[in-house]
Amino acid sequence: MKLTLKIWRQKDRNDKGGIETYPIDNVSEHMSFLEMMDVLNEQLVSEGKEPVAFDHDCREGICGMCSMQINGEAHGPDRGVTTCQLHMRKFKDGDTIYIEPFRAKGFPIIKDLVVDRSAFDRIQHAGGFVSVNTSGNTQDANAIPIPKTDADNAFDAATCIGCGACVASCKNASAMLFVSAKVSQFALLPQGKVEAKRRVLNMVEQMDKEGFGNCTNTGACEVECPKGISLENIARMNREYLKASIFSE
Amino acid sequence: MATLDAKIPAGPIKDKWTNHKNKINVVNPANKRLIDVIVVGTGLAGGSAAASLAEMGYNVKAFCFQDSPRRAHSIAAQGGINAAKNYQNDGDSVYRLFYDTVKGGDYRAREANVYRLAEVSANIIDQCVAQGVPFARDYGGLLDNRSFGGVLVSRTFYAKGQTGQQLLLGAYSAMNRQIGKGKIKMYNRHEMLELVKVEGKARGIIARNLVTGEIERHSAHAVVIASGGYGNVFFLSTNAMGSNVTAAWRIHKKGAYFANPCYTQIHPTCIPRSGDYQSKLTLMSESLRNDGRIWVPKHMKDVEAIRNGSRKPTDLTEDERDYYLERRYPAFGNLVPRDVASRAAKERCDAGFGVNETGEAVYLDFASAIQRYGKEKATVLGEQNPSAQRVLELGEKVVEDKYGNLFQMYEKITDDNPYKTPMKIYPAVHYTMGGIWVDYNLMTTIPGCYAAGEANFSDHGANRLGASALMQGLADGYFVLPYTIGDYLADDIRTGEISTDTPEFEEAEKEVISRLEAFINNKGSKSVDHFHKRLGKVMWDKVGMARNEQGLKEAIEEIRQIREEFHKDVFVPGSMYELNPELEKAARVEDFLELGELFAYDALMRTESCGGHFREESAETDGPQKGEAKRDDENFAYVAAWEWTGDPGKATLHKEELTFNDIELKQRSYK
Repeated sequence: MKLTLKIWRQKDRNDKGGIETYPIDNVSEHMSFLEMMDVLNEQLVSEGKEPVAFDHDCREGICGMCSMQINGEAHGPDRGVTTCQLHMRKFKDGDTIYIEPFRAKGFPIIKDLVVDRSAFDRIQHAGGFVSVNTSGNTQDANAIPIPKTDADNAFDAATCIGCGACVASCKNASAMLFVSAKVSQFALLPQGKVEAKRRVLNMVEQMDKEGFGNCTNTGACEVECPKGISLENIARMNREYLKASIFSE
Repeated sequence: MATLDAKIPAGPIKDKWTNHKNKINVVNPANKRLIDVIVVGTGLAGGSAAASLAEMGYNVKAFCFQDSPRRAHSIAAQGGINAAKNYQNDGDSVYRLFYDTVKGGDYRAREANVYRLAEVSANIIDQCVAQGVPFARDYGGLLDNRSFGGVLVSRTFYAKGQTGQQLLLGAYSAMNRQIGKGKIKMYNRHEMLELVKVEGKARGIIARNLVTGEIERHSAHAVVIASGGYGNVFFLSTNAMGSNVTAAWRIHKKGAYFANPCYTQIHPTCIPRSGDYQSKLTLMSESLRNDGRIWVPKHMKDVEAIRNGSRKPTDLTEDERDYYLERRYPAFGNLVPRDVASRAAKERCDAGFGVNETGEAVYLDFASAIQRYGKEKATVLGEQNPSAQRVLELGEKVVEDKYGNLFQMYEKITDDNPYKTPMKIYPAVHYTMGGIWVDYNLMTTIPGCYAAGEANFSDHGANRLGASALMQGLADGYFVLPYTIGDYLADDIRTGEISTDTPEFEEAEKEVISRLEAFINNKGSKSVDHFHKRLGKVMWDKVGMARNEQGLKEAIEEIRQIREEFHKDVFVPGSMYELNPELEKAARVEDFLELGELFAYDALMRTESCGGHFREESAETDGPQKGEAKRDDENFAYVAAWEWTGDPGKATLHKEELTFNDIELKQRSYK
């Protein structure tokens, strides 16, 4: 395959940045998108040019490190995958592909396609945990049976990989899907109930401080989420938030 | 030179850990506030250690090269975590887990460490559930289990095919609680590039801020290395792209012995490679072997027919298939340990029965499981005589519930639908059992420097059983290191803050800067990956699944050659003081090029076959075990711990003799 890549290049946080054009040849349809980027970078290095910086690590869709807005969509045109799992067979010979970083006020650009998502960490510091010491001297793991559906729903929420596609896809750059996934995981489990009120209030407060927008229920986040995190989580978080605001300690 | 004392406590094996914990020194809470600990790596071992140490009161500084601690490669572990809970009432016990792990490791692990691991395994599950880790449950609301290779009980706890993710998020949440309190200072996008020793003790590190490129000095009273394994020395492996040996190799060069580097796990079920551009290999969880059956065609004509597309695998009748694991190992069948399954796949493919164009693939088939589950489900639903179509539908749903994410991952990568046609798999480098030598307290040969998780060598011998890596990482981090480190730090309560304004820090910093500058200023012509790929090819061809004397000697020569060329001809674009991924890679590959040689050297020295280390010269030649690996307990029942002497090929060997008091050394049979 022969492609034309239009890639966002930006030297650092303060640089204005802009799109550059790179023709690329010999792309196999079996390559993953990031392997195609590797080939491009190898080509740039051999020409003595600076390669395109992008985040990536596990390359199997679970670490959440890779990002990229590809032709306007977070993680590209395929559904239920991260950029590292996107394969070139989803494109056609001769295509022009636009590759940009995730864009949101809460995700400042570090360089090229690399963005700073540490706001997600700070939201979790505010309450993304159960306050239990790691002594191992807790009760037996089977002491509290948990209905299978609750456990399954908690798991589904917990599969969020924190990649930020929801934010990048939202016209308001809202982080509600991400935050609600964490709030839901704990709200659904007996272990998380004790601190539920404090957790949801603190995490939402931090989310607002980080400059993420509000949810207006367009559902773009759910469509682009590589892990299929459901909008129901946002509804659950809103309920939890309302409950906590009315009946707070 | 210090003798290699593993500091194993006296007494019966079942009391060692309890007695040891009762006797070692502890630091009082007020004094813990005066002590700093550095933790490098935030996977299961590092993350859990950082959280536990901070919770106990120490000031922790944690480092990871990713943009968040939650992204460490433990996240990619799929299948599960072992624990001797005996919830399934199948006769499991601490002893049985201990026994299986020592046997699975082909009797090359340290008994006392493994027993302790088995002992604390049950606490891990309790702990994780208390943290809100959503393990799989049955309809009664209780925890579910599955089986893994090399054992005859069901002791593996899991969360679909994402167990590592859920456990790591548990450890990350424990870290978050401490970060929020200010007890952990987190350094994301930082890479440790050197250890700093003061008066012989580990007192800090030099790290590079990967965003600004700044070189930073960080001091502490103790340093914990939990930076994972070194499988990426093969270039292609199931490790993350960034996984590297640098932290471990840097402490090795400062005096920490490196143990059994040649013990590598080649995982039998990975997606086969597809082309030269390939950047990594993807694992298909061992849990799939619970329900998947592995086979190749029995007859060569069918292999050819499949390769040229005239027959499909689903066209072959049962008679035309060779379920070679079930044939060779009737007792364990598809659930033999990983090393055995990998070698068996290689044997069939070497004999010409590989089912893809490259001849390096075997089938992992779910058709029987789909049938079985479909019929079971129909019975549960009270459906009499369900149609074949209905059975298929119900069966596929059950399989999807169990392994959905893995099937989806497979389909995305290969464009094949594994519900309809068998998966193609082939072995790939996955885990490294070798690592930094540590004593019973997890301390390396450098006082105050510890190694935990995959970075150390201690618990898996020459082959790790499935679902044991997560267990070890969390055991080390939550339950072992936080106690044993206190014994050492108890002598440091009056030391006060360690200054970074000393000649030792200055010198270490200078070394790091000159190393990096050399890369930037090198007027080379080839990329870092060029050299990394060449190293990987030598490692895979000559130091991979089967090794022999001649190949290993060649490998050592070739690696030295590549290393020399690398220093002369590598090209690193950009500058030092900016985000520069090529520079990061260059520093890592430089270390891999040294480790690779020691790795081959270790494999050359160990002329026996054991676990994942298979020397072609050492195989059973006749009897029922013909062709199986042959161990040499008389000459090799020891840990090979290598001391750096300035050249990886001239490392000094120190032996830790392994004694087995509670398990009898036997041939490891899975027949």
